[in-house]
Amino acid sequence: MIVGRREALVGRALLVALMAVTIVPFVSLFVTALHPSGTYPPGVQWPADPQWSNFGDAFRAANMGRLLESTGLIVLGVVPASLLFGTMAGFGLGQIRMRGSRVVFLLFLLGLTLPFEGIIIPLYYTIRDMGLLNTRWAIILPLIGLFMPFSIVWMRAHFITMPAELTEAAKVDGANVWQLFWRIHVPLAMPALSSLAILLFLWTWNQFLLAIVLVDDPLKRTMAGALGAFQGQWGTDIPLLCAGSLLILTPTLLVFFVFQRQFVSALLAGAVKS
Amino acid sequence: MPRPVEGTTTRPPGRVAAESSPAEKGRRVRRARRPAPALVGWLFVAPALVMYGVFVLRPIAVTLQYSLYDWDGAGPSTWVGLGNYAKIFTDPDLLGPILHAFQLIVFFSAVPVTLGLFVATTIRRIAQSRLAGIARTILFLPQVIPLVAAGIMWSWLLSSTGLVNQLLSAVGLGSLTRGWLGDFTTALPAVGLIGAWVLLGLCTLLLLAGMSKIDQTLYEAARLDGAGAVREFVSITLPSLRQEIAVCVTITVIAALSSFDIVYISTQGGPGNSTLVPGLQVYYLAFSERDIGTACALAMVLMTLVLATVLPIQWFNREDSR
Repeated sequence: MIVGRREALVGRALLVALMAVTIVPFVSLFVTALHPSGTYPPGVQWPADPQWSNFGDAFRAANMGRLLESTGLIVLGVVPASLLFGTMAGFGLGQIRMRGSRVVFLLFLLGLTLPFEGIIIPLYYTIRDMGLLNTRWAIILPLIGLFMPFSIVWMRAHFITMPAELTEAAKVDGANVWQLFWRIHVPLAMPALSSLAILLFLWTWNQFLLAIVLVDDPLKRTMAGALGAFQGQWGTDIPLLCAGSLLILTPTLLVFFVFQRQFVSALLAGAVKS
Repeated sequence: MPRPVEGTTTRPPGRVAAESSPAEKGRRVRRARRPAPALVGWLFVAPALVMYGVFVLRPIAVTLQYSLYDWDGAGPSTWVGLGNYAKIFTDPDLLGPILHAFQLIVFFSAVPVTLGLFVATTIRRIAQSRLAGIARTILFLPQVIPLVAAGIMWSWLLSSTGLVNQLLSAVGLGSLTRGWLGDFTTALPAVGLIGAWVLLGLCTLLLLAGMSKIDQTLYEAARLDGAGAVREFVSITLPSLRQEIAVCVTITVIAALSSFDIVYISTQGGPGNSTLVPGLQVYYLAFSERDIGTACALAMVLMTLVLATVLPIQWFNREDSR
């Protein structure tokens, strides 16, 4: 009993320490953002005169309004299409399982490990030949393709657990496959679909490589790509850079906090499944 | 998972012929209008396959094709066969980044997985408490923010006036202080530290989730048999977590080998070339030095390395879990 209690106490202490290590960089970013613009504040130190206006300055310097709009458009282009295509293919490979579906699945499975840097050069020339360089399509179209492996593996893992009787019953009622998909399987897949949507949202928002290679104008990039440009421009003004970084990462935190319960458990389960 | 017998979803092919039948009101006929399931299956997969083909599969093939040429991206190209690959494995400037990527595995994989195992084992008993609930949220934060933001945060923490040095001075180790990312000997480990921070929480949570599935009576039995904490860990925890450990190692190894964002933001590959990684080198070769052939050869090597590292882990895991 005593051993158990001591173990629990050590566990608590360790957990708190680990949480502190995770949180401190955020705190440092926040505190530094409050120092007078252009200074080099030493370490983590609450400023004598907190400059809350730094956030406003960073908002204007980064053109945050336009950035939000740009990222929003990219997310709207990527996420619904990826969800639709991924779910359809997941259904095809997990429920219909036509001849050859195993091979197709393996093909997608290989893409799961693909480093984006591996194909960035041909992507650049493909997008250039399509006349889409420096447009949001340059990020949207490749991202849909690049998100297919994960989306399909994720959705197939869900569809494969759905009993075949469900399909049979609906067929007896005269539903065709398309109706079966929309009226029965998609509603049942909502939990898997919504956590996939959150993941794809975050990955789009945070996409950096495609943004810096394919789009020069920071105002047509994703948030992460714009942050890269912001660092290049304001990298010497540490408080302003910190304020800008905070503004750019805050929406991801908000999304996470709103959906976190469902999200963390889904992701942990999904990672093991796939 | 019982798989339905092949063919239960297959309609007799003959019925498809009735597709153009004018009498379509009856249920039987409506059923008959359905095209063969194989075709339907392919139609469902088609959009995904097209996007994947155009923006992933074809680019892989083109990378392979370009890697066999000497090309500046605009002028005429010259066939060089495997020359670009030979260059990568003989030129230390090109081989360096690959070695760096493997060194990063130590920080991106070994540190988070071992530390995560240690932490998860220690907090296993309080996994149901409120504190652990809060921890689940907090430890996940580094996974949610852009890696670019993580890079900016840590560049500042590791700078010569940053928190890391402040803490070192506070505990009397002031002689160690330096600009960690600007020093030839510490820059690569410092980049690795950033990656470890990003991945530690994820690994801990994954392992903890795996532990919650272990039958608690196993531990009680071990206690009764007089097993210590170490014995418990080796005989119960480790074997039960094989799958979760494999997942952690896979995710983190991919993150290490294909690291780009963090390095681009925190060091740009410097000082000198001391933190240059393959992903960043591909980017520089292609878009600054206009050496498309070599860049593509390196990209091929990178993709192959990731597969060659990840597949054995998966295979090993699968074989063992039977």
